[in-house]
Amino acid sequence: MQEHHAYISLDTSSRSVGADALAAQLQATAVQKPVTLTLTRTGTRGLFWLEPLVEFATPEGRVAFGPLDPLGTDEIVQLFTDAGELNVSHARYLGPVDELEALQRQTRITYSRVGIIDPFSLDDYVAHDGFAGLRAALTMQGNDIIDAIADSGLRGRGGAAFPTGIKMRTVAAQADKQKYIVCNADEGDSGTFADRVIMEGDPFLLIEGMTIAAVACGASQGYIYLRSEYPQAIDIMNRAIEMAIAQGYLGQNVLDSGHAFDIEVRKAAGAYICGEETSLLESLEGKRGMVRYKPPLPAIEGLFGKPTLVNNVVSLVTIPDIIRLGATQYQQHGVERSRGTLSIQLAGNVKRGGLYEIPFGLTVRELVEDIGGGTATGKPVKAVQAGGPLGAFLHPSQFDTPIDYEAFAAIGAMVGHGGFVVFDETADMGEMARFSMEFCAIESCGKCTPCRIGAVRGTEVIDKIRNGENADANRILLRDLCTTMVDGSLCALGGMAPFPVLSVLDHFEDEL
Amino acid sequence: MKKIPTASIEETTGRILDELADLPGGLLPILHRLQEEFAYIPAEAVAIIAHRLQLSRAEVHGVISFYHFFRTTPPGRRTLYVCRAEACQAMGGKRIEEHLRATLDVDWHGTTADQSFTLEPVYCLGNCACAPSVMLDEQVIGRVSTARIDALIKLAGSE
Ligand SMILES: Cc1cc2nc3c(=O)[nH]c(=O)nc-3n(C[C@H](O)[C@H](O)[C@H](O)COP(=O)(O)O)c2cc1C
Ligand code: SF4
Ligand code: FES
Repeated sequence: MQEHHAYISLDTSSRSVGADALAAQLQATAVQKPVTLTLTRTGTRGLFWLEPLVEFATPEGRVAFGPLDPLGTDEIVQLFTDAGELNVSHARYLGPVDELEALQRQTRITYSRVGIIDPFSLDDYVAHDGFAGLRAALTMQGNDIIDAIADSGLRGRGGAAFPTGIKMRTVAAQADKQKYIVCNADEGDSGTFADRVIMEGDPFLLIEGMTIAAVACGASQGYIYLRSEYPQAIDIMNRAIEMAIAQGYLGQNVLDSGHAFDIEVRKAAGAYICGEETSLLESLEGKRGMVRYKPPLPAIEGLFGKPTLVNNVVSLVTIPDIIRLGATQYQQHGVERSRGTLSIQLAGNVKRGGLYEIPFGLTVRELVEDIGGGTATGKPVKAVQAGGPLGAFLHPSQFDTPIDYEAFAAIGAMVGHGGFVVFDETADMGEMARFSMEFCAIESCGKCTPCRIGAVRGTEVIDKIRNGENADANRILLRDLCTTMVDGSLCALGGMAPFPVLSVLDHFEDEL
Repeated sequence: MKKIPTASIEETTGRILDELADLPGGLLPILHRLQEEFAYIPAEAVAIIAHRLQLSRAEVHGVISFYHFFRTTPPGRRTLYVCRAEACQAMGGKRIEEHLRATLDVDWHGTTADQSFTLEPVYCLGNCACAPSVMLDEQVIGRVSTARIDALIKLAGSE
């Protein structure tokens, strides 16, 4: 008998392409061969084009096989020789995982445990430096924690890229006894899944990040506002919270420090606008997700009128490593005013789509061509939409732009939550522009006219242009309308939805 | 779809409210629980919730109608969510959309005549690196083709 320890991802994307069937087949195969199998379900390595993927522990580290056809019984039976050894001459043998080029190109800090540990094992988490950041934070003054986060240069990964340390300092400075930590896990931007991958693959990290933020700001209640489209992430976070409470990491007396902190997961209900922080707070209060005027800032008057720190999942999960490793270590990665790593989500029509944690500064071309391997269809790349549905479509002539907040802003583009969606030459850019307006119309909260009415009119005008009705005059009208929306909208939904439209008008003029 | 007896709606809504009415900002969790029980939010429940939370019925209804996820009519036995967002479009998602609408003979939000499926658009399932994607109830399925969709419908429809 040969003993083998196998690892298969339980991530939603892995399961969406057959990871469960692979797990079942593997177990059936082990019964047929002289193999004693232990199977651990982990998060994903983020290398989705290699999924379904299975890894095996060896004395030299893990080795992988993928992508496997989960229904191709032979392919799975042949993972083992007749003697029960791993079959390294298998056509899908990828070799040692750590030597995979796609992982070697990355600097995995925040995602260092995802794909390695069992997300349901607190012991596994602790054995991989888990809660070391929190333990360190509990020996520090709140101000020192916040200084470290400010010094790291961390900027919000949810979209607006606001310095996280400054926001925390504002919340900490408020005298109110009741304060809140709200984790924005609405992840509404199309083309993004970084929040989901971490919540499904390393849920205790989010608990740790929120708890450190709570200690630093003096908050006793946390909420994770999690989108309804992510049922598995909701389930995993709830289970992790229960385990953390049972082990004293959450509750009335966090690790006997005297700090009280609880976390509750709140399921969202399918409104894109509720990712906007004030709309999110309205929703948490049980109301329609209508955007609030600012000021007051949520950091001063947020949830139920109390000081509230609202941060994206990725911002919060970066905090433990900043505290554990020190601000300087984190800060040394990146370029200019974009410090640290960005969890890039490469998706759409691309050969090697996935999650890549990479220091800022890589160019779009390096990302799409070197890392992504070009389009999945093998046709030339026509455009890349960066930063979600409100981000501009980048034309290949702009692909040498480095991925950093300021360089992107300079060309009217947005890094946002780090999503990059690739389109090949068959994409109809006029239709993509129409979709941007239609999406804004569907998701508008309705508070201001330029967005509520403008997006509907914008869709109609684009239809007219595409039908050849007074196309030139309507193009001028469309630009006017875009300007009105940009200038007159209260929030970035109406204020930025015109950007993808304008980028099509500017760079793909034959198509709209 | 059999009509749910009013008594049962009253009883269940009351039980959920006993548990959740004191939760700060608890209206969304209450509505989610109701929808888990009944697959939609029955009109009878709205009045009961409004009364207990000291809101007007219009306020409760306003919240329900704001969110795409909440429904006020019964769905089919299975709900098929189809991603219409950009990464899926880049991988031919439009073909999947059109194929489904034609095969099931329904438009968005519609339920098939035999009550087996409700078709809902969704704007990203976070499965964008395995596009195009759909979600059947709570199961996300990636890299779908029209052939895989046909197989899925056949299987799910017969269950
Ligand atoms: C229309 C709209 C949608 C947004 N959606 C999200 C979202 O899904 N997730 C998120 O973290 N931030 C989203 N944001 C940004 C939030 O308003 C806010 O800036 C962010 O949660 C702050 O956290 P951070 O500083 O950690 O990025 C959205 C903003 C707008 C205008
Ligand atoms: S821009 Fe649109 S979504 Fe934002 S507040 Fe105005 S109406 Fe609401
Ligand atoms: S765009 Fe379809 S799953 Fe994200």
